[in-house]
Amino acid sequence: MNSSIKISVKNLYKIFGPHPKKAMELLKKGQGKEEIFEKTETTVGVQDASFDIHTGEIFVIMGLSGSGKSTMVRMLNRLIEPTSGQVFIDDENIVSMNNDQLVKMRRKKMSMVFQSFALMPHMTVLQNAAFGLEMDGVDKQTRETRALQALEQVGLDAWAASMPDELSGGMQQRVGLARGLAVDPDILLMDEAFSALDPLIRTEMQDELLKLQTKAKRTIVFISHDLDEAMRIGDRIAIMEGGRVVQVGTPEEILQNPADDYVRAFFRGVDPTNILTAGDIASDTQVTIVMTDGKSPRAALQRLIKNDRDYGYVVDSNRIFQGIVSADSLRDLIDSPNQPQQLTAAYLPEVVPAHVDDSMQDILPEVASHPWALPILNDSGEYRGAVSKNLFLRTLHRTETEDATDTAEQR
Amino acid sequence: MRIFNFDEQLIPLDEWVQSLVDWLVLNYREFFQIIKIPVEISLESLEWLFAALPPFVVILFFAVAAWRYAGKRVTVFTVLTFLLVGYLGLWEDTMTTLAMVICSVVFCAVVGIPLGILSGRSDRFEMLLRPFLDAMQTTPAFVYLVPVVMLFSIGTVSGILATIVFALPPIIRLTSLGIRQVHPELVEAAIAFGATPWQVLHKVQFPLALPSIMAGLNQTIMMALSMVVIAALIGAGGLGNPVVQGLNTLEIGLATIGGLSIVLLAMVLDRITQGFAQK
Repeated sequence: MNSSIKISVKNLYKIFGPHPKKAMELLKKGQGKEEIFEKTETTVGVQDASFDIHTGEIFVIMGLSGSGKSTMVRMLNRLIEPTSGQVFIDDENIVSMNNDQLVKMRRKKMSMVFQSFALMPHMTVLQNAAFGLEMDGVDKQTRETRALQALEQVGLDAWAASMPDELSGGMQQRVGLARGLAVDPDILLMDEAFSALDPLIRTEMQDELLKLQTKAKRTIVFISHDLDEAMRIGDRIAIMEGGRVVQVGTPEEILQNPADDYVRAFFRGVDPTNILTAGDIASDTQVTIVMTDGKSPRAALQRLIKNDRDYGYVVDSNRIFQGIVSADSLRDLIDSPNQPQQLTAAYLPEVVPAHVDDSMQDILPEVASHPWALPILNDSGEYRGAVSKNLFLRTLHRTETEDATDTAEQR
Repeated sequence: MRIFNFDEQLIPLDEWVQSLVDWLVLNYREFFQIIKIPVEISLESLEWLFAALPPFVVILFFAVAAWRYAGKRVTVFTVLTFLLVGYLGLWEDTMTTLAMVICSVVFCAVVGIPLGILSGRSDRFEMLLRPFLDAMQTTPAFVYLVPVVMLFSIGTVSGILATIVFALPPIIRLTSLGIRQVHPELVEAAIAFGATPWQVLHKVQFPLALPSIMAGLNQTIMMALSMVVIAALIGAGGLGNPVVQGLNTLEIGLATIGGLSIVLLAMVLDRITQGFAQK
């Protein structure tokens, strides 16, 4: 990660109920949630959560209901008071803020989108979109202009004068999104924002969000119980279980190295070929031939034979990929002396390299249809490794055996 | 020990209350007389206004209100009602009653809506308030008429104070209910967008509770009208007068036209305020 830290959560606890202090002591002694509930009738909402959220990323907090994810997001703007711990936003600890600072922070820095939309039924769409600005005391004309711009961004400017109950669910949530965008926040908190929408609209809204994110990079904290959604939009994911943050990482990292059985169970049934990219699985075990002036086909062939390989991956001195040569193509070239004896003449014609961000799904046809391992390049054309049929199958096999053992254990 | 000896009175609560009221009357009557001044002033000006206005202006005013908020049929009904009470010879009494009702409802609203808002936002306050509201609604008016008269002396103002005691609970209860019915997610959303507690109340809770508050106001008007007869017992005047007089002298006819006028007036006010609440 190259970006700086926007939100930093440190040892955050939330304990609901009559005896939070007692529960904290018991927690520190290492007692479990259930025991504590039995002894004190106190519920542990969030337990010792620590993680960082980077500027401009979509950070998904995922977990089943009751895992504490909604409590967690509400502690980021202190709709729920943390029992202990700290939340830093731009290096300011919001837990120690007084009311005025808190109100100011909520008005300027962050806004929130709710699962149930939470639009004001007595206000028009435009007034709803302008709500945050109105709270901030922005004059009517300015806030309506800005609210209208926000509505344009979500394609609802034509509905400005309507009342929320005249709109469909998807449209209402667009208004909710516009209300969040109108204040131009650094941080957008989205609490299961798309969960109440039907699947088609949900995907559409996810795309919309990703599109908005390409225009203006905001830090988005997205709460979801839907793994597909998390995978689709999340730059990084935090998985919560029973109030604890079990794992934080990119979707690929978590898929490849689940921290425990809970996480693994979560990911069961996920098709790894949709999530793992060529870059994730590419290995650099193939023979590379650095093309310097005068490198002869003969020398290249020698290198292949010495390494007992059939194919060689030709790169220049900056590791920019040039082409693939095979032992056969090199021999053919050497056997026809009227051809110019240069490596370029031995390149296999059908090679189409793949990009590191292509999914396994995307590269499958290329991997399957050629005998050589598929070369994987990054944005600048640099060679990052290759994916052979063998490697591809091994990756699939590994995720499947993990699932299988997991199921066996549960039985 | 004879715990269950109920033959003699062990707790002389009646005497305590008696001496408390006596003591209040003896030492603080002046104070209570001062308290009633604002009520007296507003009532007198209202009464003066209704008496001074020519009947057709009053009828026109109510007809326009009915037209705007409640439609054609209520308008016709309103005009007919006012004409009828006029022809029955009860116009002056009706105006007095209107002034009394308006005056007590205004005081109920001024006191009741803020109390309702407080109790809508605080469980503890609501718990504290509830027994008082129960007592105000269920204590027979005759019980507190005597101390009210002793402290505030006989007359229309005492009638209004008794009316306020009886008519205040519904507006408090329905305001509180209205505030509590506002979806918590909306309040949460407002706070998330940086609303102060005052902004939450003024931009979200109050406007959304308004229909319920208006229903409370409507109930308060109805309750105030139903107190008219009882208030007449302590010399309040108005439409209660013919009823009380009729009862005392067994003139059934007089009591009937008084009662009829109260009922018709109640219906007019109810329809107009309900229409207003729905707008």
